[in-house]
Amino acid sequence: MSEVAIIGAGVAGLTCACELVDRKIDICIYEQTMRLGEGSCSWFAGGMLAPYCERDTAEHEVMLSGMVAKKWWQEHITEVTQNGSLVLALPRDRNELKRLSRLGKQCHWVDQQEIATIEPGLSDFSGPGLLFPDEAHLNPRKALQDLVHYLEMRNVSIQFNQAVTIEDLDAKVILDCRGYNSHHDLGGIRGVKGEMMILRTEDISLSRPVRLLHPRQPIYIVPRINHQYMLGATLIENNERTRFSVRSMLDLLNSAVLLSSSFGEAEIIELGVDIRPAFDDNVPRLYRKDNVIFVNGLYRHGFLLGPSLAIQAADAVVNSDSWGKLPQCA
Amino acid sequence: MTMLELYGQSFNSRMLLGTARYPSPSKLAKAVQASKTEIVTVSLRREAGSSYAGEKFWDLIKSLNITILPNTAGCYSAREAVTTAQMAREIFQTDWIKLEVIGDSESLHPDTAGLVEAARILSADGFKVFPYTTEDLVVAGKLMDTGCEVLMPWGAPIGTARGLNNEYGLRTLRSRFETIPIIIDAGIGLPSHAARAMELGSDAVLLNTAVARAENPVTMAEAFAEGIRAGRKAYLSGPMQPSDMPQTSTSLIDKADLRE
Repeated sequence: MSEVAIIGAGVAGLTCACELVDRKIDICIYEQTMRLGEGSCSWFAGGMLAPYCERDTAEHEVMLSGMVAKKWWQEHITEVTQNGSLVLALPRDRNELKRLSRLGKQCHWVDQQEIATIEPGLSDFSGPGLLFPDEAHLNPRKALQDLVHYLEMRNVSIQFNQAVTIEDLDAKVILDCRGYNSHHDLGGIRGVKGEMMILRTEDISLSRPVRLLHPRQPIYIVPRINHQYMLGATLIENNERTRFSVRSMLDLLNSAVLLSSSFGEAEIIELGVDIRPAFDDNVPRLYRKDNVIFVNGLYRHGFLLGPSLAIQAADAVVNSDSWGKLPQCA
Repeated sequence: MTMLELYGQSFNSRMLLGTARYPSPSKLAKAVQASKTEIVTVSLRREAGSSYAGEKFWDLIKSLNITILPNTAGCYSAREAVTTAQMAREIFQTDWIKLEVIGDSESLHPDTAGLVEAARILSADGFKVFPYTTEDLVVAGKLMDTGCEVLMPWGAPIGTARGLNNEYGLRTLRSRFETIPIIIDAGIGLPSHAARAMELGSDAVLLNTAVARAENPVTMAEAFAEGIRAGRKAYLSGPMQPSDMPQTSTSLIDKADLRE
């Protein structure tokens, strides 16, 4: 019997696993699907460690909790790219940038010339924009694989194809990290649909995530290796896990081409649809019930806020004061 | 103060709030509660999906226990708007519909010809139509002819936060349709804009982005509610008329003589 059993090998489960292993706690991880990423919305994430940019739509506490992410990932995976993030808007939407610069703070204005210097692929974009130099990004799929490797090096392996329930397990503590699939056991979780795609083109080169603030369809484009770009993501109040709609595709691609016409000839190599688990305030948190801790509600911030939640969960496991402070689930 | 009457229903609040673009559903709920709003508009085009059963977002809106006014936001033709309205009637179990037919995708100007056409079809089908229109007097008359009992002229184009672009036009509309409820919809950015709309004698104000995208949507919703109440009270109190000449508010006769 392990001290702690973790259900779910998405970003929540794996960050918790690493944090517990770092504290020399004996754990085991159960994942109902056959292989890493399958059935987990983490697989479709953008992988931006952008606490300040996210302030555009997220609460202040999301920004605060996200500030630990970069360091945590640097300590656990092989590749975190720290090139900052660039946020742009069309001339008519410039006030959206003003709003973000006031909220996000850790940024400075860049004009068209500076944009062309740091991101030559966007030299046609008539600035201004905002550069958030302290932000970083990672490849979520590679990061999850790296975490698995990190755990394997410490003699922890994931039990795939194990659809366990809370009742099945006799560990001292259970961390329920099943995301939306916990909604029967944890009230207040809703699904927020997201659609993303991966494009491939050699016509443009980007070295950092670029966001376009557009009142109708804001987008971000995150560079990946092999001339690939992750384009995301829609936010739709619906718990439908499939069906990439024509409207979403038109909106996302239209915004991508507004950013740079070079995306016009890109190849669409993957379409992804899933739902993000979220609480009503879109802020993640832990709940406890008997010997179970629910780690949930990561919404669109799995990689940004996973580390902060994992630290809180591990604190609760090792420290009875922290445990006692966790809110109890109804 | 008198209540707001819309298609036979009465409301204390003269503020209508849109439900899009909030940081989270809980912020939306708190904004509604703080402003004591009794009518919210909801758009269902994107959120529709393949099924509605048990949708948390709708459950949350329904749990606010206030009147839901579905809208046809994002429709570009009368036909599309009519279909959307029919879907909304089924989903929300209401014959109220805020009718939006957009004519230009960049400026989001209403297509008034398509609007009148859709209003005619929907009114004949038993809908209670709230048409989003311009301040155009003739279009307003045609909307009345189709059976609309409410007018929703814009303050300014959607999402611009410019306030009232054409006060003269809105005043004219007010005096021409004295007994028809007029709700100023769109373009409102500040509580002072909303107060101004009410001072002109409008019956209510509908807004969304100005609250949803404020840094603190909850206190901003409250601020708008106060502005709307102030404007309404001022209108009912009969404001003084502006004058070209200064007018003292105290008598000149007893002024102290400061000459040495």
